Order: sequence, then C-alpha cells, then structure tokens
Amino acid sequence: MTRDAIKDLVLEIIEDIDEDADFDTLESDKPLRDQLDLDSMDFLDIVMELRKRHKLQIPEEDYPELATLDSCVNYLEPLLKDA
Amino acid sequence: MPVSFAKAALANRYDVIIIGSGLGGLTSANRLAYCGYKVLLLEYHTQLGGLATWFKRKGHIFDVSLHGFPYGMVKTCKKYWNKEIMNSIVQLKNIVFDNPQFHLETTFDRLDFTEKLNKQFKIPESTINAFFSRVAGMNFYDDQSMTTRELFEEFFPGRSDVHRLLMEPISYANGSTLNDPAITYGIVFSNFMNKGVFTFEGGTDKLIGMMTDELEKNGVTICTSAKVDRIVVDNGVVRGVEVQGKLIECGSVVSNSGITNTIYNLAGIDSFSDDFMAKADKIRVNNSSCQVYMGIKKEEKIDDIGDLLFTSTAEEFDSSELCDFTTKSKTFSVYYPKTRPGHDRYTIVASMNSNFEDWNSLSEETYAIEKQNLIDRALIDLDRYLPGAKDKMDWIEAATPKTFNRYTLHTQGTSFGTKFEGLDISRNIFKEVSGLFHVGSVGIIMSGWLGAINYGVIVSNDVDAYMRTIT
Repeated sequence: MTRDAIKDLVLEIIEDIDEDADFDTLESDKPLRDQLDLDSMDFLDIVMELRKRHKLQIPEEDYPELATLDSCVNYLEPLLKDA
Repeated sequence: MPVSFAKAALANRYDVIIIGSGLGGLTSANRLAYCGYKVLLLEYHTQLGGLATWFKRKGHIFDVSLHGFPYGMVKTCKKYWNKEIMNSIVQLKNIVFDNPQFHLETTFDRLDFTEKLNKQFKIPESTINAFFSRVAGMNFYDDQSMTTRELFEEFFPGRSDVHRLLMEPISYANGSTLNDPAITYGIVFSNFMNKGVFTFEGGTDKLIGMMTDELEKNGVTICTSAKVDRIVVDNGVVRGVEVQGKLIECGSVVSNSGITNTIYNLAGIDSFSDDFMAKADKIRVNNSSCQVYMGIKKEEKIDDIGDLLFTSTAEEFDSSELCDFTTKSKTFSVYYPKTRPGHDRYTIVASMNSNFEDWNSLSEETYAIEKQNLIDRALIDLDRYLPGAKDKMDWIEAATPKTFNRYTLHTQGTSFGTKFEGLDISRNIFKEVSGLFHVGSVGIIMSGWLGAINYGVIVSNDVDAYMRTIT
C-alpha cells in the first residue's frame, strides 16, 4: 500500500467514526486528537478497524504512534507494504 | 426474543460466550458480533440489563439505576449501538443541591459550576479555572498517590462546603470517597462537567429492549435464566462454561459477573498463579445501595421540584456518613411523564449508599422493621420538597444491599464494582488464563452506564486481538 493509500485508509476510518470530521484544514503533522475532537475511545476504534480490515495487531504500547496523520502513515507503511 | 436456558436449542460451541448481560456484557456481545464472531450471551436473571434494570408494580415502572449519565453517552451509543438509541438521550436540566451548608439549582456543567463557585461560594475565577484544568488533564495511567481529599485541600483549603458540592454527586455516581485516588474523581467529574447530566427518554426498559433488538439483528444468541456454574479451564486455557451440568465450549469467555465472582466462584482460584491471587485478594468492592421506590397514583400530579436532588441534613459532608445505616443523605430521582412519553406517570426513587454487612447481619424480624424505617425516613425527607406527597402514592417499597445481591449476585451487593485496584486485575486476567476476559464495573472509572459501555468496547478489542491469534 502506498503512503497516499494508507492516508486515505486512515481518513476513511476516521470518517466512519465521526462523519462531521473536517479534513480540509487538517494538518498532517499535528495531533489528530486536537484537530478532530477524537478521544481515546476513537483511537481504540481505529485500532479495531485496522485489525478487522487488514489483520493488523497493534499493541497498546504503540498507540501513541497513531497520534498524527504523518505518524500513522510512518507506522503503518512497513506493516501494510504487502497489502 | 431471548429464550430461557431450559427451552434454548444451543450449539455445542461458540466463538465467544458472555456471562452476564449488564451494559458491559451487552456491549461486548454487540461489538464481538460486529467483529464477525458467533456469540452466546448467558444471563442468570429472567431480564437483561444487570443493574441497568427496572421493575413494574401496579402500573408503575421503576428505574433502578437511571439517574443521569454524562454527555459522552451520545457518541458512545452512536458508535457502539445505533442512532435510534443515541437519539433517545435527553438532558436533565435541573439538578438540585439542598443541605445545611448551601442550596442551589444547576445544570451541572462547567459553565454553571464556575458561576456558582464564583458568585455563591466566592472562589476566585482563576482558582476555579486552575481546578478544572487539572481534573480535565487527568488520565487513568497517571500517578495515583494523590487522594481526592488532597486535591480539594490544594485548591479549596478548609472549604468543606465546596468539597461537598464537588464530591457528593460523584459519591452517588460511583461510590468513591475522599480517600480514593484523585484521578478517579477527576476523570468522572470532568465527564459530567462537559455538558451536564443526561438520561434515556423512554426509560431503562426501552433502552434494554432496543439493545436486545440490535443484538438479535446482529446474530447474538441470548439465553436468560442461565446461571453459569463455572468457567472450565484446561491447562491455563479457557475451554467453555458449564450451565446446569451442560458444557458449552468456546474460544473466549467474557465474564460480566463481578471480577471477584469471576475469580473466586466461576474460574476458581486454582486457575490463577499465586502472584495474581495475592493481588486479587486485595481487591476491595465498593459499597452497595438502599433505595425507596415511590409511585404516584394515576390521577395525581406532583410539582416539578427538579430532576435529581442531592439532599442531606448532615451538617457537613463526610464520605462515611453517606454509607451510614441511618444516613441523613440521599438522592431523589424524580421521573415525570416526560421520562416515558405516553406512559404519563410520576415516580420517585430515593437512593442511598449503604454497606452490605449492616443489613446482612440483621435477623429476619429486625430486617423487616429496618426496611420500614428506611421507607419512613425517605418519606420524611421527601416531604420537605413535596409536602403531602405520601398521600398521593399508591406504591412504596424498598431495596437494600441484600436485594441488590440477590438480583445481581454481586459480591456484597456492590452497586459500583470495585475500588481502583480492580481495574488492573480485570485488564490482565487474560494473561493468566488464555481466553478469559472480564468486563464490568471496576476501578471506579469503569463504572456507571457510560463507563460500563466503554469498558465493554475496550475489552472487546482485547478479545478480538486474542481470537485472531487462535483461529
């Protein structure tokens, strides 16, 4: 999966969680949590959805890697290289 | 429709078996069905919901634990249940405090509390803001050495009236005291302060009915009158559960019976390591409750005196006074016709915190007398707000910690699960016995309707991760 495809995947999952999420002003190097009104439960949803769609097991200690859109892509890129 | 165990045609094996249908168990069932697992939900009682329950008497419907939850419930119901359930959530706008130290009416949110603390209690706005910032920034993994008492003393030294305003509602919400970790207070208090107090229009029966429909739509098999005798563990791995002598196999068990029940009565202490048991033996369960349920005659009306009243005639707030056998402190939840549109009845539920042993140690005769005394005290207290209301009632009955124990099987009838240490045990139980998970009120923060539902989601994530390693 390309970096752009991973980015789209993450945004698609977030949109399912919060249909009112506004991506137009999203800065990819800033915490998603501050920009999109996401809470810790929402991040858990992202983890569950990634497991469901791509069989990814993300351990709890890696959750901070999902903080920004950029860090999501960096973290997921090697894991999804064959997807 | 859920069927009773005796009449159910069950498979020999399920992916996941959920023991208990409290809000945590129901939510785990729904999430795991969503993840694609074949789920069996077993409930000991004839009715689903656990402590999120109700009962009918003489045309009245009494809600047991529908007293108000934080706004976070809206998002949680939308994500983990459905929009229909979310759309039934409405605000309770009039929360009343009445005690010898102060009287006030509030929407119970940050804005209104800031104003009250500033104008009525003369606390500088900078102190109020600093306090709100501190509690809003608290996480469950933060240092827990500070107690709520110390937190209050830091911001509002010597102000027992302010301590009362801040603590009393939370003590009723989750049984916590001034001696519990400040983080447990901060997390729950901040949740409420976000937007105020909300309820479920249509009542508990409607909510549980809607959840049952959703579960069945998603393929969950639901069995009532199904008391699990034990969780069968083979060489450190869950094999299934035993109900009325019948073994039902599964990949995972999610126990929504209390954490202490799960360890001591269902899995058995031999299933766990000495280290784990040393920690489990230290789990303290929270207090239980007493309630008095009062129904107003069909043709009668009562005035609007507020939705939720925190009342006390005790001079000062004291966590242990709240649990006293003859406590002077109680809440009144008042259910107007708006609670169940179309049903158009008024009911009032008085709730008190209470200790199991105080009631369990009584002889049968004394128990009956004390139950009547409990009712009489509630009626006297209610008369201050609704003079003469007693004459408009056609049903009054009481519940004690023994009642809670009988219907929920909770250890010592606990209404709020365990103290903080229970959370760690609950979260890590699957590392001791593969495939065994616990969901339910633990650690004070995973308590109440919102806490129970969110914890059901958190545990489902653990279950899903585990199930993918074994299939």
